[in-house]
Amino acid sequence: MASPEPAQHLRTYAQIAWLWIRAAWQYPTSFVLLAVGNGLITGLDFVGLWIMFAHLDDLAGFTLHEVALLYGSASLALAVADTAIGSVERIGTYIRTGRLDQMMTKPVPLLVQVCADQFTLRRLGRLTQATVVFGWACTYVDWTPLRVLVAVSMLVSGAMVFFGLFVGFSCVQFWTTDATEFANAFTYGGATVTQYPLNIFPREVMVGLTFVIPVAFVNWYPCLHLLGRTDPYGTPEAFQFASPLAGVLTMAAALLVWRTGVRHYTSTGS
Amino acid sequence: MTPHQPLIDVQDLGRSFDVRRKVEGRRRRSRESVVAVHDLTFSVDAGEMVGYIGPNGAGKSTTIKMLTGILVPTEGGVRVAGLDPSRDRVELARRIGVVFGQRSTLWWDLPLRDSYDLLQKMYRIEPARYRQNLARFVELLDLGDQLDTPVRQLSLGQRMRGDITAALLHDPEVLYLDEPTIGLDVVSKGRLREFLRALNAERGTTLLLTTHDLQDIEALCDRVIVIDHGTSVYDGSLAGLHAQGGSTRTLVVDLVDEAPPVEVPGATVRRVEGPRQWLSFPADASAAPIVAAVAAAYDVADLSIQEPDIEDVIRELYSRGA
Repeated sequence: MASPEPAQHLRTYAQIAWLWIRAAWQYPTSFVLLAVGNGLITGLDFVGLWIMFAHLDDLAGFTLHEVALLYGSASLALAVADTAIGSVERIGTYIRTGRLDQMMTKPVPLLVQVCADQFTLRRLGRLTQATVVFGWACTYVDWTPLRVLVAVSMLVSGAMVFFGLFVGFSCVQFWTTDATEFANAFTYGGATVTQYPLNIFPREVMVGLTFVIPVAFVNWYPCLHLLGRTDPYGTPEAFQFASPLAGVLTMAAALLVWRTGVRHYTSTGS
Repeated sequence: MTPHQPLIDVQDLGRSFDVRRKVEGRRRRSRESVVAVHDLTFSVDAGEMVGYIGPNGAGKSTTIKMLTGILVPTEGGVRVAGLDPSRDRVELARRIGVVFGQRSTLWWDLPLRDSYDLLQKMYRIEPARYRQNLARFVELLDLGDQLDTPVRQLSLGQRMRGDITAALLHDPEVLYLDEPTIGLDVVSKGRLREFLRALNAERGTTLLLTTHDLQDIEALCDRVIVIDHGTSVYDGSLAGLHAQGGSTRTLVVDLVDEAPPVEVPGATVRRVEGPRQWLSFPADASAAPIVAAVAAAYDVADLSIQEPDIEDVIRELYSRGA
């Protein structure tokens, strides 16, 4: 692929997304209600954590502010990935309806089209809620230049990890068309797990979340650095700076699975 | 491209699918390979209009999907405009247009105009050329009043015209049409065929269409490829197909009075029902002398001619083991 291609694809992505935003604005009330509703539902998540802390002083040694940092950063990364490419989990539907065939006859990479299709800002609700929680938790962090850098790279890498998980697990639908729930278990399931300090789980879970479904790099390891803590499980300190690597690897693996999926695609009858 | 290289070149092409089937009495489903297309070879030159016909499940759609790069062949090879469709799918997409009759490429909730604007961006069509093409197709296909209507509110005929416009905005070299006239009324069918003929004459666009409608083929195609059980069983002119398939046209005669079976040279009576008789004659023969002979010998109240059914022609072709 030539060098200006990715920029071109990003532009096409934005153009398709913009078309969908304009279409959604045909019904402004429904648009606003959906966004607010989405914000309220995700807001309840955090209220749950809050209520828990009304009865506990700490969760496995972590205070409410620290848990809020974990929660906010994971939620923000998920919201960014979900907004940008959430449609990818619908490829099963696209396959069944023949929409994927249509997309394959257009001169734009399939992944760009699938991710941008039916782009919706409904998830602005989650994005806003996550930003507020994360911003609030950040006021308790003792900032240094290195920590700022780690925080920024954490959000970007976190979004990349979720991007990889969304795309990778959605590809299962190339082989068996109704596997959205299966995919959700890993994507949204992974996100839920990362809302808590990982040391509340058994060691095996921590290992799985580091090396198999690498969501621990979305927030757990970098947040340990932001909070100036050592890992209760004693993993190397280098892990706290390894999030970008995890992000790139997850994405690369996902793109590989995607390509394989497309080549194995068998379409539907007629 | 060298002058003799065909636009579409299909060599020993094949595609099979793995299907899991539940077998009686066994717990695990058994895997088997189903052959959709096998040993298919043909080529199409630029500017040709080719009808690609065959019974349901013969492999028509599978072929089109391999020609457009949607499906990767499991055997043999395809080249379209010098490209390998499945490998160079995105690049090839710029040079071809595809219309799937029963599935719209348009965005359901958006007005036609928005869909077209987006296609302009996806295909990176030069603005001047885009405006010119859009204006022309909108005029030819009479879509002016529908441009601002959401696609879901369009009638089937309007939607089909909308889809064809969408497939042509980027001046493709080849247009694949999968059942383009299915479900359309007679007037819409006629207009669409006229449009496609003009497109081929003026721009030299190569057409490959699958259809069940013999009149589509008669109006548009100089050449017919018949496919059955995944492989080509006939490739040639429509007249040749009729001759080879022994297809017949039927003259339906309503006599004033009931009569014994009519006797005229060149035709045989197939059926008699009161004053109405059905006479069949070879599809490539002229109806005029037969009509004249009947009219000269009997008092005729009414006449009509039934065209051969493509399905019958093809069935006949297979039963002869062609």
